[in-house]
Amino acid sequence: MKKLIKNGIVVDPERGRKEKLDILIENGKIVRIAEKIEETEDVKIIDVTGKYVLPGLVDLHVHLREPGFEHKETIATGTRAAAKGGFTSICCMPNTDPVADNPSVIRYIQHRSAEEGVIRVFPIGAITKGSKGEEIAEIGMLKEAGVVALSDDGRTVMNSGVMRRAMEYATPFDLTFITHCEDHNLVDNGMVNEGYASMMTGLPGYPAEAEEIIIARDIKLAELTGAKLHIAHVTTKGGVELIRQAKARGVSITAEVTPHHLVLCEEDVLSYDTNFKVNPPLRSKEDQAALIEGLQDGTIDIIATDHAPHAYEEKMVEFQWAPFGIAGLETALPVIITTLVKDGKLSLMDVVKKMSTKPAQILDLSVGGIGEGQEADLVVVDLEWEEEVRVKDLVSKGKNNPFIGWKLIGWPVMTMVKGKIVYQRSGFNAGN
Amino acid sequence: MSRLKRKHLLGLADVSKEEISLILDTAEAMKEVFTRKVKKVPTLTGKTVVSFFFEPSTRTKASFDLAGKMLSANMLSLSGSSSSVAKGESLIDTGKTLEAMGADIIVIRHSAPGAPHLLARYVNASIINAGDGAHEHPTQALLDMFTIKEKKGRIEGLNVLIVGDILHSRVARSNIFGLKTMGANVRVVGPATLIPKDLKNLGVEVYYSLDEALKGADVVNILRIQRERQKKGLFPSIREYHRFYGMNERIISLLKDDVLILHPGPMNQGVEIDPIIALDDRAVIEEQVTNGVAVRMALFYLLAGRGNQNEKIN
Repeated sequence: MKKLIKNGIVVDPERGRKEKLDILIENGKIVRIAEKIEETEDVKIIDVTGKYVLPGLVDLHVHLREPGFEHKETIATGTRAAAKGGFTSICCMPNTDPVADNPSVIRYIQHRSAEEGVIRVFPIGAITKGSKGEEIAEIGMLKEAGVVALSDDGRTVMNSGVMRRAMEYATPFDLTFITHCEDHNLVDNGMVNEGYASMMTGLPGYPAEAEEIIIARDIKLAELTGAKLHIAHVTTKGGVELIRQAKARGVSITAEVTPHHLVLCEEDVLSYDTNFKVNPPLRSKEDQAALIEGLQDGTIDIIATDHAPHAYEEKMVEFQWAPFGIAGLETALPVIITTLVKDGKLSLMDVVKKMSTKPAQILDLSVGGIGEGQEADLVVVDLEWEEEVRVKDLVSKGKNNPFIGWKLIGWPVMTMVKGKIVYQRSGFNAGN
Repeated sequence: MSRLKRKHLLGLADVSKEEISLILDTAEAMKEVFTRKVKKVPTLTGKTVVSFFFEPSTRTKASFDLAGKMLSANMLSLSGSSSSVAKGESLIDTGKTLEAMGADIIVIRHSAPGAPHLLARYVNASIINAGDGAHEHPTQALLDMFTIKEKKGRIEGLNVLIVGDILHSRVARSNIFGLKTMGANVRVVGPATLIPKDLKNLGVEVYYSLDEALKGADVVNILRIQRERQKKGLFPSIREYHRFYGMNERIISLLKDDVLILHPGPMNQGVEIDPIIALDDRAVIEEQVTNGVAVRMALFYLLAGRGNQNEKIN
């Protein structure tokens, strides 16, 4: 059956438009966009008057935990959490068990996603076998199996020689390297920002330089090898500056920032609440300001969640024994709207660019747009809708969310993948 | 001020001057109990205090236990392995069990910074931090301040030097917070690898030369050096540490005549402190121990004496 989304305000950075338009969908594709489309009998009307219609959000940094850590999250729960957050495409990190370093694991993820998932899942393959940083993974075969990028995720390839070879080898396969930049020796067992947070809490410090050293190294290696580089979750002022300089030199580099690093800072860990324990750690107010500035001037290209769900009991322990990570898929968009859009630091158009259009472009995913002929991956957002974040409402298995108790606006009310409604907020009537 | 405005004592970072003064004044009254023939008063009859030490400790544990007994509280002492996770039961569950047994106050010593905060969030009893990792050791700092005030008549305006491993020291952190609140000038000295990077932002003077730091110091608080830090490569050798930061015979001439020498114990003689300093008339290390009991009695009194300690505060 055809679907007609009526009276929504369509935000489309590709065509630079933000206007009230109707969208007609047939066989999962957008067939017409116009100011007014006639209702016919064979059409299901979805009236979204006063709400915004955005291209479905695209997240390049998600941990689905399956296979291996199904107690934290599964492809079924993770994709539902994503749909609820307005995401229609996500890229999943390879730090599963077994590590996604070979085609069979990739195929398993694809198979499970087709079976259990509700949105598009694009697997990321490992750079090295077992993500041990020693031997290059079967990059060519990973590409054939369908990976969209390479990353050893939280395990930085510490051996610069291995990293160089991996970049050289992978370049003809045209795969972007997504690097978590952390000099493991310098971090040691650090877990909060070195500076005010470590001084006040007595928790081991994690210096900004540990991140910046590897950002600088990876930029140099990308220049040496011609590899495409995407810096995961930048958190420091110095990191932003390194990326800015590299871009000015013409290096093929992009970067992401997470909602929590944009909104929270090191002072939040003084409570020892493990929901604020994240890698890289929450940084200083000064770093936070630099991240927002970097996002505004385009140095930082996109917002990614680094959705890292953990089982409840794993986080309900002493800070130093809790795992790192925030399960942020469900709250990313409302957090950004409530904190950055509301006070004018970003426009809604910017948000769509940073959370849909540009992420899709970085990995060439052919999603993230609203145009005739494109597949109907859409999210309807109500900027007025205010709701408190409550544990019982979270559909991700990971309840480790630092925004619990926050009242947020700008919630997705409906998410659609290939024209199929995969999420509808309770209380929102999509019509019949 | 006659009551504490808090339910727990988790650290000194956010404790006001008035509250610290109240604790120190109350401790003075408690110390009077020591002069009695029968060192026991009925103040906490019917109250239950649990001391829960996940880390080995002799003096702090004994001090808390004795303080409770002198106030006639029901005392229960427990010890746990350093990791509750390893034990299979979470800290929160253990705390809830103690609460179900009627604990009014839980004194906790733990290797993980913030463990008392975790307990305070989920348990109704008053929580006293008896040392959490490298974070705070508020009762030690309170007894240090009590001793300084007793000997010097004041805290405000004094130059207090803390010597040693500032980075990993909960004693140093609590002392810095408390002393700054009380108006002392705080200095620290130690190897650069053992001093937090941003300490100056707290208004603390940082020295790397012991000789320089000692000039004009009214109080010298010597921290215990953990040999494990040397194994981790934070300083080259115990010998080198002793040469540059050990309180030895050589530095005696640099000390003021009326300097007060403190050490939280246990002492590594020949490492951070030599016997000649420990035995000096100006060292008050044993009196610190006595004062520790008085300060802990004061805290029990002020926390368990509250009318609303069973009220749920989230």
